[in-house]
Amino acid sequence: MVYSYFPGCTLRAKAKGFESSTLASCEVLGVCLEELEEWQCCGATFPLQIDNSFPLVSPTRTLASAKKAGRELVTLCSACLNVLKRTNHVIREDLDKREKVCAFIEEDYSGEVEVLHFLEILRDEIGFEALARKVVAPLSGLPVAAYYGCLLLRPPEEVGIDDPEAPKVLEDFLLALGCDPVDYPYKTECCGSYVVLQPGEPAMSPSRLVVESAKSRGAKVIVTSCPLCQFNLDYAQSGSVERGENAVPVVYFTQLLAAALGFGEEILQFDGHIVPPGLIFQSVGVGGCGGLT
Amino acid sequence: MKLSREVIHTEDKRKLQDISGEEILSCYQCGKCSAGCAMTSAMDLLPHQVIRLLQLGQVQEALDSKTIWVCASCLACSARCPRGMSLPNVMESLRSTFLRPGDRCLNPAEIPYELLEIVPEQALVAAFRKYT
Repeated sequence: MVYSYFPGCTLRAKAKGFESSTLASCEVLGVCLEELEEWQCCGATFPLQIDNSFPLVSPTRTLASAKKAGRELVTLCSACLNVLKRTNHVIREDLDKREKVCAFIEEDYSGEVEVLHFLEILRDEIGFEALARKVVAPLSGLPVAAYYGCLLLRPPEEVGIDDPEAPKVLEDFLLALGCDPVDYPYKTECCGSYVVLQPGEPAMSPSRLVVESAKSRGAKVIVTSCPLCQFNLDYAQSGSVERGENAVPVVYFTQLLAAALGFGEEILQFDGHIVPPGLIFQSVGVGGCGGLT
Repeated sequence: MKLSREVIHTEDKRKLQDISGEEILSCYQCGKCSAGCAMTSAMDLLPHQVIRLLQLGQVQEALDSKTIWVCASCLACSARCPRGMSLPNVMESLRSTFLRPGDRCLNPAEIPYELLEIVPEQALVAAFRKYT
């Protein structure tokens, strides 16, 4: 299974563990992610102004580069998925914008590339049953809250990789790893996103609600596929470990995947996480989870 | 507030509709957007109230609200809107009205250094897209 791969800006900087855990897991799973020769930042948010085509330039360049590679394009980051898929949708549906953007970047692209999230590869290509058979260090009984946030699911008609109100792809994935997925009502709520940079931290209130809800249902870990969700949910718990409060580490779903496939901390790379994940794995006494204990 | 055709149908409102691609009068004020919005705790006006102001031609009042800068474009409202309106597009058209003449709502120099050191690049790119 060979796919083109778009890492995006954050995976090469603050979310290195997201990429290293995925690439190591891919080797075990027989998936080859071939990085695009030409790519640039997707822009991180899809433009919501219909009279301005300029923000579509960068993602369209990436899509055109993927067309040349001739393969489906895989992303890990939810924001990259969202921006590339929505841009692809505009290029397919809006002839006017397609003409304008393609003339500007001097490329011939009309939406030929399929953009996929890595979770879709696990679900639809490998299959969760086959994935379960590859697990060597099952995270048996670890209560995990799947956090979807917005970008994997909305808008459902353009992006959604699952049901927008009751998704289950992450829970099914967690079951394959031996985890015990925790059901809680805030899994598709927004974490506050880029609003975290506004003075007064207005994004912390929604992030705390998500964390508290997951905790109240017994979650010991929260998984996500968005570096900004990871940060916000983690940042909302700043200082809680020091204060001796019950804190829940927030990790990328691929970090749990790599742990279940037997990889240790050098691959999972928890540097930069505020609530340290290693300690929690230890405290819940999960058996055989690779190098985590 | 004295309402008249001139007060309600303004050039500013027409521009917002051109930028957002949304028909503001299509909203029938059910409030579902505000009920499901994750960010209301930091808002001064609820999302459906911003739309109501625009329906009545009160563009400046909407522009002055904190709400337009607190909207995180998570699309929970638009995914649930029975009228199929994309409120985040309308919020972005209001932000654009403020930003396009060259103003900004986020000064890089004012982001606390401790936060800047740890925040993901994605947040910075997104915030500068939305606030400058």
